[in-house]
Amino acid sequence: MEANADVNLAPKQDLNEVFLVGIIRENPVLVMLLSLCPILGVSSNFVNSVGMGVITGVVILFTNIMISLSGRFIPNEIRIPVIITIIATAVTIMEMLTNAFLPDLHAALGIFLPLIVVNCIVFGRAEGFALKNKLLPSILDALGITIGLVLAFGLMGFVRELLGTGAIGLLVLDLRIFPAEFAVPLFVMPAGAFIVLGVIVGIISTIKISKASKEKKNA
Amino acid sequence: MHDFIGLFVGAFLVQNVVLASFLGICPLLGVSKKQSSAFGMGVAVLFVIMAASVMTFAIYHNILAPFNLQFMRTIVFVLINASFVQFVEMFIKKFMPPLYKSLGIFLPLMATNCAILGAVLINIDRRLSFGEAMVNAFGISAGFLLIIFIFSTIRERLELSSNIPKGFKGIPIALLVVGIMSIAFAGFAGMGS
Repeated sequence: MEANADVNLAPKQDLNEVFLVGIIRENPVLVMLLSLCPILGVSSNFVNSVGMGVITGVVILFTNIMISLSGRFIPNEIRIPVIITIIATAVTIMEMLTNAFLPDLHAALGIFLPLIVVNCIVFGRAEGFALKNKLLPSILDALGITIGLVLAFGLMGFVRELLGTGAIGLLVLDLRIFPAEFAVPLFVMPAGAFIVLGVIVGIISTIKISKASKEKKNA
Repeated sequence: MHDFIGLFVGAFLVQNVVLASFLGICPLLGVSKKQSSAFGMGVAVLFVIMAASVMTFAIYHNILAPFNLQFMRTIVFVLINASFVQFVEMFIKKFMPPLYKSLGIFLPLMATNCAILGAVLINIDRRLSFGEAMVNAFGISAGFLLIIFIFSTIRERLELSSNIPKGFKGIPIALLVVGIMSIAFAGFAGMGS
């Protein structure tokens, strides 16, 4: 694989397809099962969980832009350290920005913020997509993946906070869905994260299996 | 001495790296199908965390902090970890070829293992002294070894069981098992510091 030659650009893809594929069909977290550590770690609160999805998305956008512009100058042998350094730069910038403008979110995300550096999705998109593609598809890819990420993080955060506390805290608003006496605190504890994610992934793969078997019958 | 024991128990059991801090989930799910490779992975992670903790501690306190370059820590730590992982990979390839084969892609992927970067970042963020940082790092990595080994023994039996719904085979049931382990480990809450 030669990443530094123009001839090796991937065949012309449908830009719509590039954008849409990351949202549901190849959802980075719930279908591809990447980025499991942060989604387990920050999803006990809906707003923080969505915030984490958005911050990760911005990092992906930044690295995808940088890599797609500079991809042809990066020698293939040292592409991994180069990509990691670019990702680490983006993460450091985002960490400083969050610390300056959203200190509460910064405190809530804690160690998971610098750990975006070792998030497989960011590296996967940079190495697997942006390195071989032009600027526009890379931006669309990053946006699609970001929407997929925010959906997944939002869903996890919503389910856990709802079941665990009976209410969804939206910044100043506190939407109470059912009284706190009926809430199961287990869901905001670490164990709840594993169980909720396991059930969501299990439901998705059950749907996929039943779809596949239906298609087989029709064929 | 008492403080060190508390710190160790806290990092090893109470704030367990996998079950309470959610770090290192990828290798946990990826390498736990066989007991021997899970154990090998755990030992490799233990070695890298200990070595990287010494190195990052020295670099942070002797180079980054005096020159006010603390914001560079993420970049510097990632590169240090990657070089130790490379070293471990060469060592295992040379001296333990069967283990090298069974770990496969997860060996180079250790460079992006959040348990390792997480451990060195926790050492720095909690402003631990050198001795405390070593005890903390040992607790974290021993905690990872313990969980990945226990989990692999459960998973070996799980693979044989046939009454799991089709959609829940593989990762979903593994996540549920980790969840149950996490409930068990929540019983340690309140011990240590």
